[in-house]
Amino acid sequence: MLYINCPHCGMRSQNEFSYGGDASVKRPELNKEVSDQEWDNFVYNRKSLRGKHLELWQHISGCRQWIKVERDTATHEIFRTFKADEEVA
Amino acid sequence: MQKYSIFNLVKNAFSNHENWDLAWKDPAPKEEYDVVIIGGGGHGLATAYYLAKEHNITKVAIIEKGWIGGGNVGRNTTIIRSNYMHDENGLFSEFGMDLWRKMSQDLNYNVMFSPRGIINLAHSDAQMNAYARRGNSMRLNGIDAVLLNREQVKEIIPMADFSDNVRFPIFGGLMQPSAGTARHDAVAWGYARQADSMGVDIIQNCEVIGFDVNAGKIKGIRTSRGNIKAKKVGICVAGSTNILAEKLNMTLPIETHLLQACVSEPVKPVLDKVVTFGAGHFYVSQSDKGEMVMGGDLDGYNSYAQRGNLPTLQHVLTEGIAMMPFLSKLKMLRTWGGIMDMSMDGSPIIDKTHIEGLYLNCGWCYGGFKATPASGWTFAHTIAQDRVHELNAGYSLNRFSTGHLIDEKGLGTKTWIS
Repeated sequence: MLYINCPHCGMRSQNEFSYGGDASVKRPELNKEVSDQEWDNFVYNRKSLRGKHLELWQHISGCRQWIKVERDTATHEIFRTFKADEEVA
Repeated sequence: MQKYSIFNLVKNAFSNHENWDLAWKDPAPKEEYDVVIIGGGGHGLATAYYLAKEHNITKVAIIEKGWIGGGNVGRNTTIIRSNYMHDENGLFSEFGMDLWRKMSQDLNYNVMFSPRGIINLAHSDAQMNAYARRGNSMRLNGIDAVLLNREQVKEIIPMADFSDNVRFPIFGGLMQPSAGTARHDAVAWGYARQADSMGVDIIQNCEVIGFDVNAGKIKGIRTSRGNIKAKKVGICVAGSTNILAEKLNMTLPIETHLLQACVSEPVKPVLDKVVTFGAGHFYVSQSDKGEMVMGGDLDGYNSYAQRGNLPTLQHVLTEGIAMMPFLSKLKMLRTWGGIMDMSMDGSPIIDKTHIEGLYLNCGWCYGGFKATPASGWTFAHTIAQDRVHELNAGYSLNRFSTGHLIDEKGLGTKTWIS
């Protein structure tokens, strides 16, 4: 069982959350010319890092907020969690 | 190479089976090869075998970080099928079914292919309609498909829950009678033994740490056991694809996820089909040893851990018990996990890359094992001829940018949703 420290609700079990994928993916700016390659990278291409991975989760059975979680994809250790709009240094 | 036969079995019995030849050698890496295959799993071993057999290319090395057959070919639920709706998947898998039928003779190794049939259960009228459509598509591609009503399903698998008081009643199902199972380890070992006998070097405990690329052309690889020059390199590493891609500065439409499976204690024969639950994601078959072999959803987050987590297992087995209540009486014998190369449309990639002489085989999602022979055969063709075969032409790397996706399940790019 993973335990995720929701920045809004505190430590909760994995059962309350649903996964949302790589949080480092940025949607291209719409007010400028966007190349096919940029769309590809946004929609399909993923680094799928082994090790520290910043990812989105939604506290679906809790506060229903999206959050960011820094987790190790090899050990499943969770290092830090952030609010969705928090900048991650 | 010593042929496996009843006569050799009897002959070796007189010496207490102590004088059998080694099934494959343990060579040190040579300085140079025509083709290097990275990944000694089912697909890599099959690729090397078909390179030697179909294309007469025998200066081949298989580079494996651990031991051969230690990854997903040793961790799957052994299901073999071709019940796909889309032409690309259907024709590719049905070509593979032919190779499966001949495999034991072809490899002189008993892979225990058992075409016992698979039934996908339907739990609503809409699902029956969808299965009728899929069945018709399959038959148009020459794949056997039979639509079963509730009574017919009940006759075949009476142990499923046909009571009135269920959340997901069984309306019927789609059966592919020629689908089945095989002994997964034997597939890896059979391909390894034949490839080795034709001159392929199987190099284990050898990790790839980098690539030598010069002017857009592959020159060789760097490994933990030294540099190896190669005219062509094929990558066949399933869940580790992204790790190697990073060394090549490539970003792929692949995410690595964790998939679990489990077996129960062995019981007497009760289930002679592969059965899948249609209102969720659960599949079960009974092994020759009597264990119920079960699997279902991914754990649902990126992972390289090769070991699972209990919430998913509980979720999957809840579906199993809803489908076949007797499963709740069985004790669990083993659970395990493997890491899947989940592609963004659920279909694989077998293609050339932007680097000359570098080829890619990945994106097998839930269905890598059954694809082993067809994947090896088409990948060998792609490498040997430096062009894709019509069977894997649809499995291109650039289909994501051109929009020619093969999205069998219609799930989109959230690979962890199933």
